[in-house]
Amino acid sequence: MKLKSLLLGAAASLALASAAQAGRGDSGHLNIIYWQAASIMNPYLSGGTKDVDASSMVLEPLAHYDENGNMVPVLAADIPTVNNGGVSKDLTSITWKLKPGLKWSDGSAVTAKDVVFTANYCMDETGGCQQLAKFADVTKVEALDDLTVKITFGKPKPFPYGPFVGSTTPVIQARQFADCKGIKAPTCTEANFNPIGTGPFKVDEFRANDTITLSANQNFRDPDKPAFATVTFKGGGDAASAARSVLETGEFDYAWNLQIAPEILAQMEAKGKGKILAGFGPLVERLMVNLTDPNPKWGDERSTVKHPHPFLSDKAVRKALSMAIDRTTLVEVGYGKAGRVTCNVLPSPAIYNSTANDSCKVQDIAGANKLLDQAGWKRGPDGVRQKNGVRLSILYQTSTNAVRQDFQALIKDWWRQIGVETELKNIDAAVFFGGDQSSPDTFQKFFADIEMYANNFDGTDPEAYMGSWKCSEIPSPENAWLGANMPRYCNPAYDKLVAEMAGTADINKRAELAKAMNDMLMQDYVIIPLVWRGNVAARANTLAGVRLNVWDSDLWNIADWSREK
Amino acid sequence: MLNFTIRRLLFTIPTLLFISFVIFFILDAAPSDPTGNLPLTIPPDVREKIRESLGLDQPMIIRYLLWCKQFFVNEPLNLLAQWGINIGDPDRLRVISFQTRSPVVDLIAQRMPQTLWVVGMSYVVGVLIALPIGIISAVKQYSWFDQMGTFISMIGFSVPTFFTGVLMIVIFSVWLGWFPSIYDTTLVVDSWRTLGLQIRQMAMPVFVLALFNAAQISRFMRASMLDNLNQDYVRTARAKGLRERTVLLVHVLRNSLIPVITVIALGVPQVFGGAIITEQVFKVNGLGQLLIIAIQGGDIPTVQTLTFIFAVLIVLFNLIADILYGILDPRIRYD
Amino acid sequence: MTETSMDIQPQRSQWLDVWDQFKTHRGAVIGMLFFITVCLLVLLGPHLWPIDPHTIDIRAKNQGPTLAHPMGTDQLGRDTFAQVLAGGQVSLAVGVVAMLISLFLGSLIGVLAGYFRRIDGLLMRLTDLFLALPLLPLLLVIIMLFRDTLRASFGPNAGIFILIVFVIGITSWMQTARIVRGDVLALKEQEFVLAARSIGTPPHRMILRHVLPNVLSPIMVSATLGIANAIITESALSFLGLGFPSDFPTWGRLLFDSTNFMTLNPERVIWPGLAISLTVLSVNYMGDGLRDALDPRIRGR
Repeated sequence: MKLKSLLLGAAASLALASAAQAGRGDSGHLNIIYWQAASIMNPYLSGGTKDVDASSMVLEPLAHYDENGNMVPVLAADIPTVNNGGVSKDLTSITWKLKPGLKWSDGSAVTAKDVVFTANYCMDETGGCQQLAKFADVTKVEALDDLTVKITFGKPKPFPYGPFVGSTTPVIQARQFADCKGIKAPTCTEANFNPIGTGPFKVDEFRANDTITLSANQNFRDPDKPAFATVTFKGGGDAASAARSVLETGEFDYAWNLQIAPEILAQMEAKGKGKILAGFGPLVERLMVNLTDPNPKWGDERSTVKHPHPFLSDKAVRKALSMAIDRTTLVEVGYGKAGRVTCNVLPSPAIYNSTANDSCKVQDIAGANKLLDQAGWKRGPDGVRQKNGVRLSILYQTSTNAVRQDFQALIKDWWRQIGVETELKNIDAAVFFGGDQSSPDTFQKFFADIEMYANNFDGTDPEAYMGSWKCSEIPSPENAWLGANMPRYCNPAYDKLVAEMAGTADINKRAELAKAMNDMLMQDYVIIPLVWRGNVAARANTLAGVRLNVWDSDLWNIADWSREK
Repeated sequence: MLNFTIRRLLFTIPTLLFISFVIFFILDAAPSDPTGNLPLTIPPDVREKIRESLGLDQPMIIRYLLWCKQFFVNEPLNLLAQWGINIGDPDRLRVISFQTRSPVVDLIAQRMPQTLWVVGMSYVVGVLIALPIGIISAVKQYSWFDQMGTFISMIGFSVPTFFTGVLMIVIFSVWLGWFPSIYDTTLVVDSWRTLGLQIRQMAMPVFVLALFNAAQISRFMRASMLDNLNQDYVRTARAKGLRERTVLLVHVLRNSLIPVITVIALGVPQVFGGAIITEQVFKVNGLGQLLIIAIQGGDIPTVQTLTFIFAVLIVLFNLIADILYGILDPRIRYD
Repeated sequence: MTETSMDIQPQRSQWLDVWDQFKTHRGAVIGMLFFITVCLLVLLGPHLWPIDPHTIDIRAKNQGPTLAHPMGTDQLGRDTFAQVLAGGQVSLAVGVVAMLISLFLGSLIGVLAGYFRRIDGLLMRLTDLFLALPLLPLLLVIIMLFRDTLRASFGPNAGIFILIVFVIGITSWMQTARIVRGDVLALKEQEFVLAARSIGTPPHRMILRHVLPNVLSPIMVSATLGIANAIITESALSFLGLGFPSDFPTWGRLLFDSTNFMTLNPERVIWPGLAISLTVLSVNYMGDGLRDALDPRIRGR
């Protein structure tokens, strides 16, 4: 009772103090455009970034990552660690405490039971929960009291912040979703479109794959926020037109993920109606080198470890391919401000960034030629190098995307200069990344010599990501091509490092291990990093408070956004 | 003719069932996947579980029959239930989209207004422009009007809408600021002011599409008029002393309409199919955008349902065209 | 009309006649000359113009027209003029061949359905089926099934060319078929056809002599529209990964790629768009002339 009145008093005084500046709804209307429209407001049923971002206005996790990758409590009172006793000494459990007095947008209280329900909702095998990997190794989630949740893991977890940290795993209301577990999950259209949340906004109307209309949540814990009374979240179109609507016509206030030619973006920004924002997470555009032979003559054993690649198994060739690339030009052509040169597959967070491979930052065509000469690859009459009847002829595939096709053309030209012939192939993204068993064009099957795409990881911990290149992760017909080790790289020393990291809790030690793994991949040239890609967004000049966050939803701090007068 | 219509209508049922099966077969064989657009951070084994939860581990024929049951039985029953007639278990499963987890039929109903406003209107405008242009071009063949019409319609047809659309936006939204570049689907027209807004936001997509449609239809109209203008019966009619207007608009036009009717009948189902590119460029988010997103997302129930509805319309309008042939030219008989 | 037919010697072939008439059609002659010029340019141009369309010169990117690059350069510094020339080869070849396939299929099915009542129902339901098929998934299936086989048997470029014209042809004949059928249905009941039939003209001669020439004008319109359609569709296909590799320029592709650069580099957009439009326009005029020349009522006027 005492605590409650104290809190109410504090809230009231806060409201009075900031009423002079801005109160809830003072900034009026906010227009956001995502060129991919949101399909659903439940990130457990659709893990697409657009859906996660849209739902992050309504649903909140226990903790967010801020724009520097640090965890900040949202629904939790603080971040549990080993030092404050929140994480058990043996690293097998984590105990979260909720902030007291939290309310759902329907006015009911948020309790630990909601958190427990959410975990069980996602871990139900038949529900097809898309964030299941976040709950890996979780054996039990229990409510110790109304505000305390304990998550127990089946093995020591040096990084126990998978569940409920970041917008991909928010807390949903147990009451609303009670009848929506397991096979019934997809039938709860109303709950999936209009979830009751704790976030700054609530859904007024949800038009799937089109527009979401939202208004301020009157039960939001901070009485002065959000500054905007209503929000329109429009979807559809393409990146260029989204950028145009913010930077050139001023119809919208915020546009997300603007992967457009940098000169066009710069020209739009010059109109002076808005600003371009860029933030750098761990996203790296890279070439994957196929260490196995994709030749169709092998039939079912195509691109499997049974047949090593005729020339890419030669490290000198792989190294020469990397040396011939001018990464500075790639950044300039494809990304401008939104890209940086990198020689690592793990450039971020900063403590994991290795400097051991920086020689790749400068293009070295002469050096690459010399290396190939030394390795015995001699130029034939057509200018293409060969050895023992094997020609350096590469099939280079990627998904369809204007920037990627420019990269292909540039890289093909550089490789021509070192006597490597390249055939380009681009595949519809839905097919390339689709993983359909019957299609020969998926990136897992990798029926090509080189493939290019970008990848990253969720949150700030690279353990699972670096584990992608273990021997056991190699895609093959036996595991239905499920596996993330596209280069088919298998190195026992690497596997040992992965295992070691899984048992190490000290952050500095973990960084050492991750760097060592990164260096091993880089110096074996099985992954050739090209560009460290940033997230690009645009905001109108009148929109204040935007802090572009690459570790969490773009809209993670939308409660703080306001209209500049 | 009535006999023919009834026979044809009965024959459409097996035709449509067959078409629906072929469509399902193609969708199933296509290599796109519902997990294809998800971030790569979602690991492969979770993707497998997602596929299972969508029922994709079932054999193709089972999934097809399930769709048939949901679409042909459950959806109509649900419609009846909305009107207050309840038959059977009210908890029956409707056709659910993979992406949005909501009934596909509701999505379609939600998108109908903007598609009809924009694509439907552009078709009407296109036809209304095309017919007079085609007729005048034919009557005054090789006049400057005809030459201009030819030139404009060739440009209208050969420059694709992805280009004209962006050009319009750059000129009229960015430079002049006359029209919004983004269509607001939530706008409710309930006053003169909102009607004005609606017309402004419709102007560009309607113009782009109408140009494209008019270009095509006017060419067929002109060619067909030219064919008929040289027929003997025209000379007879003129010789009889009929006024030129009557000759042209009653005799020649009526006989020239058959190919035009065919083209229009082929075009109407496409109106409901939406205009994928134009909707994308202007963010109209109608049926075309629903279809393309569903295709890209491997959302088989949505694509199947939409495509099947188009199939019904195609079969229906081709039947209407056949009936109209008989009315325009009573000599045409099908029996 | 009677005068001219008396002047003509009996052995003179019908096609010479058509050619004579065609020559008097000014638009058709200009159209044909233009079309031939374009064909020659795209065939010989790449050999005469010194810059290879694949040459990348990143320092000279996004340039306006200069002496070295009369149509400017793209975002990688490739010469637009060389690309338009090289792109024309593919676009013209795909446009013409795919259009011919689609016209052939469309006219054949249209005439058969219109003329023979017994197969009308079946053929028209087939047309309905093709109209109803979802194009994109169908294309993806076709790529998956045939691309590698064709590539293996005809080589990468010829294989893809065959696939593209086949795909465009097979998915665009339906409109022609419906229109031709509609015209044939009406034509079949006209007096001269009834007369010809009553003297026992066999069906194949009926179709070739009396039916086909009279449904030529819609076919000609379809041809014009078909070329434009094929050129644009080709560029759409390459986005699905069905078309030629991405560094292989075609007019449709150039137009699409340059759309976003419209405000930055307007010159670049105009050329491929103009090339497509003028080519289609010239085909249209040739079609007009040919139709007039083949129409015995106009001939000799």
